[in-house]
Amino acid sequence: MSMVSNIKLIDENGLRIDGRKFNELRPIKIEVGVLNRADGSAYIEWGGNKIIVAVYGPREAFPKHTQNPSRAIVNARYNMAAFSVDERKRPGPDRRAIEISKIIGEALESAIFVEQYPRTSIDVYIEVLQADAGTRIAGLTAASVALADAGIPMKDMIVGCASGKVDGNIVLDLNKEEDNYGQADVPLAIIPRTQEVVLLQMDGNLTREEFGQAIEMSKKAALFISNLQKEALLAKYSRPEEKEEVKEEEAEQENHGDDNHE
Amino acid sequence: MDTTTKKIVLPGEEIDLQGMKQGNGIYHENGKYYAYQLGMLQFYNNYVNLIPLSGKYYPVKNDKVIGKVIDIAPSFWILDIKGPYPGFLHINDTPWKSGSGELNKIMNTGDTVFAKVNEITESKQIWLSLKDNGLRKLEGGHIVSVQPTKVSRIIGKGGSMVNMIKEITGVKIQLGQNGIVWIDGEPDKVLLVIKILKFIEDQAHTSGLTERVKEILEKAR
Repeated sequence: MSMVSNIKLIDENGLRIDGRKFNELRPIKIEVGVLNRADGSAYIEWGGNKIIVAVYGPREAFPKHTQNPSRAIVNARYNMAAFSVDERKRPGPDRRAIEISKIIGEALESAIFVEQYPRTSIDVYIEVLQADAGTRIAGLTAASVALADAGIPMKDMIVGCASGKVDGNIVLDLNKEEDNYGQADVPLAIIPRTQEVVLLQMDGNLTREEFGQAIEMSKKAALFISNLQKEALLAKYSRPEEKEEVKEEEAEQENHGDDNHE
Repeated sequence: MDTTTKKIVLPGEEIDLQGMKQGNGIYHENGKYYAYQLGMLQFYNNYVNLIPLSGKYYPVKNDKVIGKVIDIAPSFWILDIKGPYPGFLHINDTPWKSGSGELNKIMNTGDTVFAKVNEITESKQIWLSLKDNGLRKLEGGHIVSVQPTKVSRIIGKGGSMVNMIKEITGVKIQLGQNGIVWIDGEPDKVLLVIKILKFIEDQAHTSGLTERVKEILEKAR
């Protein structure tokens, strides 16, 4: 943060380096069910970020001593590909990746009904293919979509957004340059229905007023992104050509499901 | 009140019960009702139920499932039933008798059985049984897995779909509620059935499926 530089991040018209206004998001695209082998999966493009998420489980937790007899454990693994950043990233988990895995796992756990599946683990693999600032929130947003796709019971789908301070202004959804040369970055994730905060970090310095302003802006954006998540899921599962007749037939089948069909 | 409408709901979406009772897959908080997981709402018999559209097989008592032996303990087999927990099959719940340490002579790892869920204990141990009509060790044949939520569609109304496939192809089919399908017959027919199963899985949401499957089968004959 706050590296010494002469880069002008906000021009005289108040526009940012990529032409966005201070409260404007980067374009977001979410796709559901991109992997056949996983129980649930999602792909997200958020500005220059490209992230794929796979969810497995609930399945028996291994090694056995990690099992919790009263609830499921949530294992999140955030991993950046070697080619995801400008200079080759040394593969494998580093200090940063371990921290992000932990906070994402804990954020997801707060929304999942973990007590439904004792002794199991729910594994979430977040693979960052291309990074452009804000990957933890983008990964978390895609992870909750993948969890819903995997049919895991949840209170709601977690969603988030980051805000920060660039050239003395509070702006929404920082990109790589703003993140590197800005003064602060505040990622935030919430449970949209209750507005409960499940992830909040801060890198850099903000005054109390600026902090409040950043949180408000992130929350508003998160609720907008929440709708994108829902649209992505509905695009996979609701088919407009579906006829009432089929649905009735299926209701019939539910009642015959337990018959012996040798 | 429209009792036939079905709506797709997402986890955490608020549900209007329309004066009916809370059924499966719905939880309540502060007097409001919300969906547990991704699914379709069904208004049936004065109950609102949520039928999951995806997810792992969750064992229910008396379900008939197909499991694969993954390990052998002194007096029971441990089976993979594609659920969150393994299934256990005790020698006393089978038609066989055995001295101690002889279990692998009856069934070894890799063998498959068609069994029923006998008991689910508090600590989520799943005990299976072979003591019922039609339950047995499956010899030969092929194993295909489909989504457990689509099994009812493969069965069809009163078994119409699966019976038709069996009749036309002459292939033996055994369906497990956990989404495992065992198929035995002539190789080319088995391949055809696998193709049909994938087709049903893919098209489960469309209407007139039985007729379309019949067409494909007649053409392939």
